[in-house]
Amino acid sequence: MSAPTEVEVGRAIGARVERKEDQKLLQGQAEWVDNMHVPGMVYLGIVRSPYAHARITKVDVTPALAHADVVGAWSGADIADEWQGSLPCAWLPTEDTNAPEHKPVAVDKARYAGDAVAVIAATSRGAAEDAAELVEVEYEPLPVVVDPEAALADGAPLVHEEFGTNRCYTWTLEEGEIDRLFAEADVTVSERYRQNRLIPNAIEPRAVFVTAIPANGEFTLWSTTQVPHIARVTLSGVTGIPEAKLRVIAPDVGGGFGSKLNVYAEEALALAVARMLGRPVKWTETRSEGYLSTIHGRDQVQEIELAATSEGKILAVRTKLTASMGAYLQLVTPGIPLLGAWLYAGCYDVQGYSFECTGVFTNTVPTDAYRGAGRPEATYAIERAVDALARKLGMDPVEIRRLNFIREFPAAIKAGLTIDSGDYDASLDVALEQAGYESVRAEQRARRTAGDPKRLGIGLSTYVEMCGLAPSNILGAIRYSGGGWEAATIRCLPTGTVQVLTGSTPHGQGHETSWSQIVSDRLGYEIDEVEVLHGDTAVVPLGMDTYGSRSLAVGGVALYYAADRIAEKGKKIAAHLMEVDEAQVDHVRGTFHGPETSITLKEVAFAAWTAHNLPDGVQPGLEETYVYDPPNFSWPAGAHVAIVEVDTETGAVELLRYIAVDDVGTIVNPIIVEGQIHGGLAQGVAQALYEEAIYDEDGNLLTGNMVSYLVPSAAEFPRWELHHTETPSPTNPMGVKGVGETGAIASPPAVMNAIVDALAEDGITDLDMPATPERVWRALEEARR
Amino acid sequence: MIPAPFDYEVAESVDNAIELLGTREETKVLAGGHSLLPLLRLRLTRPSLLVDVGRLDLSYVRDAGDSIAIGALTRHHDVATAPLLQEHNPLMSFAAGLIGDPQVRHRGTIGGSLAHGDPASDLPAVVLALDGEIDIAGPNGVRTVRAAEFFRGVFETAVGPQELVTEVRVPKLIGDHVWSYLKFRHRAQDWATVGVAAVARRSNGGVADAAIALVNMGATPLRAGAAEAAWIAGAADPGVEADAKTEPPSDTNGSADYRRHLARVLVRRAVEEAEAR
Ligand SMILES: Cc1cc2nc3c(=O)[nH]c(=O)nc-3n(C[C@H](O)[C@H](O)[C@H](O)COP(=O)(O)OP(=O)(O)OC[C@H]3O[C@@H](n4cnc5c(N)ncnc54)[C@H](O)[C@@H]3O)c2cc1C
Repeated sequence: MSAPTEVEVGRAIGARVERKEDQKLLQGQAEWVDNMHVPGMVYLGIVRSPYAHARITKVDVTPALAHADVVGAWSGADIADEWQGSLPCAWLPTEDTNAPEHKPVAVDKARYAGDAVAVIAATSRGAAEDAAELVEVEYEPLPVVVDPEAALADGAPLVHEEFGTNRCYTWTLEEGEIDRLFAEADVTVSERYRQNRLIPNAIEPRAVFVTAIPANGEFTLWSTTQVPHIARVTLSGVTGIPEAKLRVIAPDVGGGFGSKLNVYAEEALALAVARMLGRPVKWTETRSEGYLSTIHGRDQVQEIELAATSEGKILAVRTKLTASMGAYLQLVTPGIPLLGAWLYAGCYDVQGYSFECTGVFTNTVPTDAYRGAGRPEATYAIERAVDALARKLGMDPVEIRRLNFIREFPAAIKAGLTIDSGDYDASLDVALEQAGYESVRAEQRARRTAGDPKRLGIGLSTYVEMCGLAPSNILGAIRYSGGGWEAATIRCLPTGTVQVLTGSTPHGQGHETSWSQIVSDRLGYEIDEVEVLHGDTAVVPLGMDTYGSRSLAVGGVALYYAADRIAEKGKKIAAHLMEVDEAQVDHVRGTFHGPETSITLKEVAFAAWTAHNLPDGVQPGLEETYVYDPPNFSWPAGAHVAIVEVDTETGAVELLRYIAVDDVGTIVNPIIVEGQIHGGLAQGVAQALYEEAIYDEDGNLLTGNMVSYLVPSAAEFPRWELHHTETPSPTNPMGVKGVGETGAIASPPAVMNAIVDALAEDGITDLDMPATPERVWRALEEARR
Repeated sequence: MIPAPFDYEVAESVDNAIELLGTREETKVLAGGHSLLPLLRLRLTRPSLLVDVGRLDLSYVRDAGDSIAIGALTRHHDVATAPLLQEHNPLMSFAAGLIGDPQVRHRGTIGGSLAHGDPASDLPAVVLALDGEIDIAGPNGVRTVRAAEFFRGVFETAVGPQELVTEVRVPKLIGDHVWSYLKFRHRAQDWATVGVAAVARRSNGGVADAAIALVNMGATPLRAGAAEAAWIAGAADPGVEADAKTEPPSDTNGSADYRRHLARVLVRRAVEEAEAR
């Protein structure tokens, strides 16, 4: 890894600029929600159902109210009048989607272990928790269903009786003559995979803080959110606080991975309690409370079939998903599996495509976006199925991929979208060379011949994903309630510095650095002269926030265009000041060159501020906003290789090497890109080898804390070997694609394919994630039988 | 994750600690806090008073003639790095170096590790295999308990409510000793799914005084008697009966069956590793 480079002003895109954010974070000066303290503040304590499914027959808060430090206590019924609407779900994929009412505090039924049943406000956090224990709740336990397939069976306990079924929706997509292609295929494979349920673990737990000016009916909500703008719109709907009276601030936010791309009960509760008491309110989850109240990810059963010729050419792919929604629909719960709907043929050219997804209610914590959201699932299924096809045909996994790659771009894929650009062979070439594919195969054979109980395996994942969410018209067509645009404002201040307002709200991604680089590159400011403002609806009114690897590919592009507008207006003023024709002026990175003289953008900004001498019709000030709606998704792709060692006596898997070759288009800051890939790989490998939220049949979360829910650390990983190929995206002028999720998308199948490869001669053809030592050992035991 | 209310006192001396422990029901010693605090925060234990023994002068590793004496408040890190142990009982220091992560090893103490009585902990099995001795101070003075009598059940030891572990002694491994400690865990920082401490003296081309103790194979650390006998007898695979008379738990880290299997594999490997030393 090379050192950060000195940045030449105006040549900042692509430079290894150290993150501007880090000094503050490392020196403990970050502004976290939980650090906020104001006089008169009360703390919320939440009573949560210990039962996964139970009728609530009585809630008595009087013992809690008797606690000396308690200022309020409410059951779900007591507080019900505070709500004007349900907690929001912004994506009901079909007209007949069953969308249950979702109150911030349950009233007559708890539907998962962790569902809120009462809330306490107390003058200290300890008292809030003590008093929560005093609330007397009587439950009548009901039968529980946690498995999504079991939930669809006749007679399954109903999570929401009013629907008469646990089915939330079924969504389908079919292109091409699927039945014919399958009927005529030389070979087919039919695989069934399980997407283990995951618990997002942002380093900062969720926290909410509300201040109010009751006389004006004004509220400010500070939240550990990825989506302050979406939160403002939707929480206004939940609480009835007019949008104009609600300000939402996401100060420094310590990671989210999708778990903070949501609008939560506690945000609504804090607003409601602040309104009732006229006092500031704070709530901070503990880690184990978060496991019961913050969304989970994945949890799907995937059935995938491939139809192919005997040479290995894939003709068609047919997928059927059963996806657990959990007990309620959170912000985008039903849509998450559908974000992968177009990707189940991966980077392969097919003639027929069929996809069906059924969303199912279960007595579990709601699922929603988790790094990759839908695309890791799709990539996993196709990449494992392609390996299964190769095995069936006796082909090498490399060979079968090469045979099927999409090679002409832009590529209109059968599923119905258009891949902007790519070169899948190029990434695979680099990956194989870096891995030393042939020599790994040779060692693998040598170990087998020697009867070494430690087998070697090599696994590939050649992925493509769609991110940069998203063209608003497509979002509308798939029934998402919001848009996919992003806004950026550049405000050139009179004294030579510049403010950037971005609607894309960072929570660890380093926007302040990358955005400064873009402005430096386009307008000639020093990196340190750029101040990036974000995450406050009063400061940055327009925004669609951060998720789906959209920040750079949408928000960054908005900024790029805003810079063009600054240059355009600046040029008019510069020409006027130099007394030349506008057509004679050239703008190059912050300097306006006339035929004889030149003038800097900073001078222009000052002139625009004094407004003593502006051309006719030009308004004072130098500030421009651009709202960009992308015409297409962006399509990062690449080739990943995992090399594993499997101890056949204990079942232990060791990841020996991991090579990631990613094409994320133009790279603005390589340090940030590497960081994103490292983190994504860690989370993807975690899904493959370590993490799984396990419920028992009564709906108790057995992995309720970090002793049993196994988040790996650096000690579990090899040094990540990162390489890049680059095909700039033609969709946007910067050529950027997005990198936030690639690691998590690509890596699970690479690791699992490597394990299956290692154990192929032991008769193993499939393994579920996570491939824990016991699971591997059991598979081997079964195969030995 | 906020503990229920409790009082807190700092003990000035061992006697003072014992006195404070007797002032009411449900008192608890606080040492490194790395087992106790998680339980407090989850409200799984609700003592009325914590007696912090952290300032007592009980952190040391000393030469005690035939044995090495380790003060109850000695941190795992200090056990792992003490030159006296590395020289005279490397099994002990090696195993301590595998506990948790660096943060845990800099806070957790050997006294707490033994007194907590968690069968998944590393040092209890090691001290059992070494036939160590534990000093327990109480209102009537100090008594010494052999490791084999110390561990009584899950979170149950010979330490009474008004007692304090003050010192642990493990023998110097004099002569030609062989040893191994194998800890099978999923992540580096985890407790052992199963652990094996094996130690023996080379004798006449084979071994004598073989001791094998198992981590997490029952309610307490357990000696694997059949495996010890097999080792002494020079069996080709001394692990075959390693799980005899064990009652391993089933949890999300492994079923009882899997643990039995692991014990058999790990004992064989531990013996191989010990003999290769
Ligand atoms: C993340 C994490 C990972 C860990 N991993 C491991 C591991 O891999 N292997 C392992 O063995 N351990 C592990 N531990 C536990 C750790 O080793 C603890 O430090 C140890 O078990 C207890 O020691 P302590 O000094 O922290 O005791 P405390 O937590 O202070 O006390 C534990 C119990 O012992 C009692 N007690 C403490 N000292 C005395 C004394 N002198 N006399 C009488 N009673 C006493 C207390 O009253 C309490 O009941 C881990 C802990 C954590 C938090």
